[in-house]
Amino acid sequence: MLFYLFAAVAVIASLLVIAQRNPVYSVLLLIASFGALSGLYVLLQAPFVAVIQIIVYAGAIMVLFLFVVMLLNAPHEETQHDERVHPLRRAGPMRFGAILAGALLVELIWALSRSGGDTGAFDGGGVTSVRALGQSLFTDYAFAFEATSILILVAMVGAVVLARAERRGADD
Amino acid sequence: MVGLTHYLVLSAILFAIGTAGVFVRKNLITILLSIEIMLNAVNLSFVAFGRALGTADGQIIVFFVMTVAAAEAAVGLAIVIGLFRHRESLNPDTFTALKW
Repeated sequence: MLFYLFAAVAVIASLLVIAQRNPVYSVLLLIASFGALSGLYVLLQAPFVAVIQIIVYAGAIMVLFLFVVMLLNAPHEETQHDERVHPLRRAGPMRFGAILAGALLVELIWALSRSGGDTGAFDGGGVTSVRALGQSLFTDYAFAFEATSILILVAMVGAVVLARAERRGADD
Repeated sequence: MVGLTHYLVLSAILFAIGTAGVFVRKNLITILLSIEIMLNAVNLSFVAFGRALGTADGQIIVFFVMTVAAAEAAVGLAIVIGLFRHRESLNPDTFTALKW
C-alpha cells in the first residue's frame, strides 16, 4: 500500500506545482514530488535510480531552478489578466489547453484499460545490482554514454555563452 | 496487487499534469518545471517496464533521460535569464519578436 501513498503524494504535489502563483513554492513542491517518485523507484527494485533521482534531480537540477528563480527576483506571474483570477481558472486558449491535457489523460488510460483485467503483476526479481547496471552501461551502451558526455559539454558551453552574451553587448 | 498497469496509469496522470502546466501557465520557469514533470512521468514508465521485463535497460535509459534533462535545464534557464534581461518579464506572451 506504499504505492498508493507515494502515488498520492506525487500527483498532489505535481498538481500544486502548476497551481502555485509563486515559482519558489512550485520548485519546492516539485522536489517533494521527486521524493515520492524516488520512493516508487525503491518499490520497483531500482535503488540506483532512486538515489540518482534524489542526488541529481532534487539536489542539482532543482537547486539550479531555485537559484534562477531567486536570481531573477520576479516571484509573481505577471499577466494582463486579473490578479485575483487563479492561474488554473482563466478563460480562452489556456482552458482549451487544459481540456486537451485532460483528453490526453483519458486517451492514455483508455489505451491502458484495453489490456484487459490483467494488472501485469511483477514476477521474478528486478535488476537491483549497481554492478550489473554499470557493466551494461560501459559495454552495450558505451557509445550512448560517450555521446552523452559530449552533450553535457555542449550544454555547458551553450549555457555560459547564452548567459554572457547580453552583458558583453551592453559594454560595447 | 500493484502491477505494471498501476505504474503506467500513474505515469499517464503525471504526464497529463505536466502537459496541462505547459498549456495553462504563463511563466517561463513554471513551464520548464512542467517539462520536468513530463520527463519524470516517462522515467517512471521506463523503470516499471524494465522491472516487468526483468532487464537493466529501463534503468539505463532513465540515466540518459536524466542527463538530457540536466542539459535542457541548464540551457533553458540560460535562455530564460537572457530573455529576462532583454524584456524584464517572464511572460511568454511578451516575446513576440518572431511573430508575424
